[in-house]
Amino acid sequence: MTEFQGLEPYIRNRRKEKQILLMTHIVMGYPSFEASYQIVRQMVEEGVDLMELQIPFSEPMADGPVILKANQKAIESGSTVEKCMAFAKRVAADFNIPFLFMSYANILYKYGMDRFAQKMANLGLAGAIVPDLPPEEADDYLTAMAAHNLAPIYIYSPETSDARMKTIDAVSKGFIYCLARKGVTGKNTDFTQDMADYLRRCKQATNLPLAVGFGVKDRSDIAFLKGKADIAVVGSQTIREVEEKGVDATAPFIRSLMR
Amino acid sequence: MKHRGYYGPFGGAFLPEILVATFDELESRFREIKGDPAFWEEYVSLMSSYSCRATPLTFAENLTAHFGGAKIYIKREDLNHTGAHKANNVMGQGLMVKRMGKRRVIAETGAGQHGVATATMAAKFGFDCTIYMGEVDVIRQRPNVFWMEQLGATVVPVTDGTRILKDAINEAFRDWVTNMDDTHYVLGTACGPHPFPEMVSYFQSIIGKEARKQILETEGRLPARVYACVGGGSNAMGLFSGFFDDPVELVGVEAGGKGIESGLHASRLCSNDASPGIAQGYKTYFLQDDDGQMKETHSISAGLDYVGVSPILAEMHDQGKARFEYATDDEVVAALKLTMQKEGIIPALESSHAFARAFKEAPEMSGDDIIIINQSGRGDKDIFTVADAFDDPKWKDFICAKAGEYQND
Repeated sequence: MTEFQGLEPYIRNRRKEKQILLMTHIVMGYPSFEASYQIVRQMVEEGVDLMELQIPFSEPMADGPVILKANQKAIESGSTVEKCMAFAKRVAADFNIPFLFMSYANILYKYGMDRFAQKMANLGLAGAIVPDLPPEEADDYLTAMAAHNLAPIYIYSPETSDARMKTIDAVSKGFIYCLARKGVTGKNTDFTQDMADYLRRCKQATNLPLAVGFGVKDRSDIAFLKGKADIAVVGSQTIREVEEKGVDATAPFIRSLMR
Repeated sequence: MKHRGYYGPFGGAFLPEILVATFDELESRFREIKGDPAFWEEYVSLMSSYSCRATPLTFAENLTAHFGGAKIYIKREDLNHTGAHKANNVMGQGLMVKRMGKRRVIAETGAGQHGVATATMAAKFGFDCTIYMGEVDVIRQRPNVFWMEQLGATVVPVTDGTRILKDAINEAFRDWVTNMDDTHYVLGTACGPHPFPEMVSYFQSIIGKEARKQILETEGRLPARVYACVGGGSNAMGLFSGFFDDPVELVGVEAGGKGIESGLHASRLCSNDASPGIAQGYKTYFLQDDDGQMKETHSISAGLDYVGVSPILAEMHDQGKARFEYATDDEVVAALKLTMQKEGIIPALESSHAFARAFKEAPEMSGDDIIIINQSGRGDKDIFTVADAFDDPKWKDFICAKAGEYQND
């Protein structure tokens, strides 16, 4: 199991060597667990800095069509919470980067918040992103995550007020995930001056590193984010590449982002 | 931290961050109108001129004689404009949308009644309108799809997930997180994130207010029991809320589908197959597996075919403030047939669940007891499903002939 001094120091250290870090996302068990493993391996070998491992959920409200379908297919082909946990244990043991769980509140709630957090710690995970568990509803979750030294990753959106950004900052650890725009995952995003202003606003609200996701899909998007954020998040686009060209398209795609 | 919209352990607002500001605005607007007696007056006046309120409370004399037990009254939400209680909520939210200055409304629909009501409201108030409807429901409720489109709405068939009501709700939320600046999501039932359960129940409370007044005027006393079908729970909340402070037993009737043992049903509160969970922005009893994945549901009626249930009803269930029963598809069709033959009234398949349960209990009750059944909607929309259930040969001949005509076009 990899030991991290903590997610935030890891990001800061890594940032000394790179202008921007790359976080990627997979839905565990889509298209299969073996394929998921090969995708993770190629991503890590190509220099991905951290990864979201999504436990599929039948009602993924915040996800767009690409990840929604991946969730459904994964569940249909037998991706259970238990199998996802076993998969997470395997990749966390085999690869030396921080892994985060991403899922929806019900998966954690049914498992039991404290039991889930304890399990995450045992598996060697660094934290979690749960998009439908806002701070107002998260007392049990935050207590459990703190007790097991895990980072609850929270989200800023362009609609979030300055005051609320402060509130969210107070319960966040590791980094803040900034939604590049309104909408769901996997749609086009305009990387413009508006976004630069919004990211400046995010930076003023928190001292944590900033990740930017939703619609980040190629090298030019990532180039835009250099100097404005610490981490670029690529989600749906990897799934699209793999769907179109197969698992081995992962490495060339990641290379095309980082070059 | 601010913990809002809870009914015991149920409810809440499990919102993606992008929607938090939208819900803050919605809640403050709702507080504003709820505290404003002039708004309720405007609402009642609209409902009495644009729709048919107060809807009648009909004494079902023949059914009463047939069962020889309790006196049976029927609250006629089928006589509302667009043929169901859905209009109550939709027109209320429509007035709010006007106040909020938004110009587009979206909605989910199962049976299609909520979609038709929303399309009607949008036409009247001049809003753009998009309706999300599961592909399965598009097929079983084609006449309503036709009307929605004629009323100017865009109907989007949802092909993800189980392709029924819950999937339409997810898709409506996906639209909303993109377009909330100019769009209001007219959620159709007393579910979803706060303040929807409270807000929808508030507009539907017009049913219970009227029913209580009407029964006191007619009979001079309260009913022993009132019956309502429960999908999301909005018509039940509407009727029940009129009797919260009275010694009246509240009976909610869920979809028993092909029977509880078969697993093919949508009974969340009266079966042991559901457990508390969090989905679609709120906490309630959901039909889900041990991992927390939602299960497929089944009902002959699209409007009751839903995995969750109003958090307010979930709490009433746990507190014993209401009793929940189920009716199977077969019992529902029999109750519908009997009601048509005895009273010349055609309840929707959804409403027929309440009738079926009341018919089981009425014979055991005393002739001094009164019961009220909420006829949440009219059954003509179900003509294809009901004709199939009755296996009516003349109807089949008609459809075949009609299809022949279209093929020759």
